[in-house]
Amino acid sequence: MTTTHPTDAVGDGTAAVGYPVLEVARDQVLDRGEGLDEGQVLAVLRLPDDALPELLEVAHEVRMRWCGPEVEVEGIVSLKTGGCPEDCHFCSQSGLFSSPVRSAWLDIPSLVQAAVQTAATGATEFCIVAAVRGPDERLMAQMREGVAAIRAAVDINVAASLGMLTQEQVDELADMGVHRYNHNLETSRSYFPNVVTTHTWEERWSTLEMVRDAGLEVCCGGIVGMGETLEQRAEFAAQLAELAPHEVPLNFLNPRPGTPFGDEPVLPATDALRTIAAFRLALPRTILRYAGGREITLGDLGTRDGLLGGINAVIVGNYLTTLGRPATDDLALLAELSMPVKALNATL
Amino acid sequence: MTEDYCARCGEPRDAGEHLACDAALVLEPPRYCVRCRRRMVVQVVPTGWTARCSEHGELRGGDVVDPLGR
Repeated sequence: MTTTHPTDAVGDGTAAVGYPVLEVARDQVLDRGEGLDEGQVLAVLRLPDDALPELLEVAHEVRMRWCGPEVEVEGIVSLKTGGCPEDCHFCSQSGLFSSPVRSAWLDIPSLVQAAVQTAATGATEFCIVAAVRGPDERLMAQMREGVAAIRAAVDINVAASLGMLTQEQVDELADMGVHRYNHNLETSRSYFPNVVTTHTWEERWSTLEMVRDAGLEVCCGGIVGMGETLEQRAEFAAQLAELAPHEVPLNFLNPRPGTPFGDEPVLPATDALRTIAAFRLALPRTILRYAGGREITLGDLGTRDGLLGGINAVIVGNYLTTLGRPATDDLALLAELSMPVKALNATL
Repeated sequence: MTEDYCARCGEPRDAGEHLACDAALVLEPPRYCVRCRRRMVVQVVPTGWTARCSEHGELRGGDVVDPLGR
């Protein structure tokens, strides 16, 4: 692997050794708020492990300068699990693979209960997720009823992730009061055909444009560690920067039994941390959220390092089909790091 | 309760080791009934999970409150 080599700033061997791309990051991103471009992100991703502490420090300074110390806390729940007709190779909910995940629907009282329990952690975001290509009328009816019931029961922002949408569905979700829509591009445009074959990257982009044009906040991220090259990881960061989403959830592949990516290796923690910092430097003002896979990729110590390396949002509690750290552990860590949880009134 | 099958991979407990499965189950709900190997219907929520076998009933983990008292 090609790495970026340090340079001696004054050439006499006595000055502090630095990496050119980090000097660029300080000037361009930290001072001026302009994200790194694709080539610069690639240089960051090629930094050696001994540059990691300095890289994380710069990314943290960027996060603090352009986003502030607050951390946005979110809970997610699966409204409709399994049986998906798509073939996203990382996903245990595809009906096309021999995954042990069976189909299930969450009833409305249990959905509301999940929202109430999420709000009790101090979370301001509650995202309702369905494993579908796009919503049908049954799912939209469930959303109408569910979002209304949540809004009547608890003060929390409701987000949704229901796959690809029509313009009518975008408008209807906005009318329901859904304030943010998640639709991940998952990976770079060039690598996407290696991950999904039943729909295209461009179809996903089209939904994201409709969501943005309707005035909803756009949440769009992906999964790192699916076999993509560093070049493709940098390409993905640049494509996200072009989209300029309100939030980028960053997942690390958790290889699921029975899926085509079930035997992929877990991403090394150092690669995960480099990616967090690189994405922060590409997206200085975006909410960059820890999503799935951090427990097995980073562990407790790495979770802390990421929060001090560019992350400013977390999913607390469990994920859609796997379990996460207890919310209390994450909240205690945020308190220890003097990172206040974003309040609801600050998000409205 | 007799655990004849692995809750993660569904294979018989006495057929090989399941150390990796047992370690993974710290961060995963069970998928197979340990008594009959049926795939269970699993619902994960932010604070817990339920796993239901059509023959042997429901397991719960974490803090799951059934709002309907089922």
